[in-house]
Amino acid sequence: MITVLIPTALRSFTERQGAVQLEAGTVGQAVAALAENYPDLKQHLYDDQGQLRSFVNLFVGGRNVKTLEGLATPLAEGETLTLVPAIAGGRDA
Amino acid sequence: MIDLPAALLAAIGQEGQKCYPSEACGILLGHLADDDRRRVTDIMPIDNASDPTEQYHRFRIEAEDLMAAETRGASQGLEVLGFYHSHPDHPARPSDYDLGHALPFYSYVIVTVDQGRAGQITSWRLAPDSYKFDPETLEKI
Repeated sequence: MITVLIPTALRSFTERQGAVQLEAGTVGQAVAALAENYPDLKQHLYDDQGQLRSFVNLFVGGRNVKTLEGLATPLAEGETLTLVPAIAGGRDA
Repeated sequence: MIDLPAALLAAIGQEGQKCYPSEACGILLGHLADDDRRRVTDIMPIDNASDPTEQYHRFRIEAEDLMAAETRGASQGLEVLGFYHSHPDHPARPSDYDLGHALPFYSYVIVTVDQGRAGQITSWRLAPDSYKFDPETLEKI
């Protein structure tokens, strides 16, 4: 089992749980399992093309998986995956 | 409803003025009551991570900065309640770009900075259907 930490903004889709435990061997498998277990969360994780949304960032051991092996980054038993959004905005041009 | 101490409101305005004509941005930390009322007790100014040539109308807070805020908040019993940013020479109303990048739950505080001088401060929440912002009552305490 691994643990996925859910940001406050997305907890309304995980029955208010801030931490979810599931079986996964890679980061990609963990995100897919999360979307399967909580269908309402799926649209916030993946775009219409099935790609992970750009604001979704995933950290393992304090490191962004973009600097590791991306979705193929392996997860060891008991490891924690942290889901963190990037925030953006700004006035009209 | 979101409660913001006068000193923090002033600090948000000062951040907007300091960064003018670029957009300022930062994180709101505080307590969340059972009835969803929020009380901000601290702000964390964040370096705008958007492209420097775009900062006059864009802001970006990297996930690393948000994770640091979450960690700092957790150590103090505080939650990330939302974010603030400035609108240089534009009203304190969310733009279509703000709407396109907003997430549920969070409070989005906007300060207008007109010719370098901070003015109106407003707060907004993404509507449940995610297609618009709803104004959030901002109480100065």
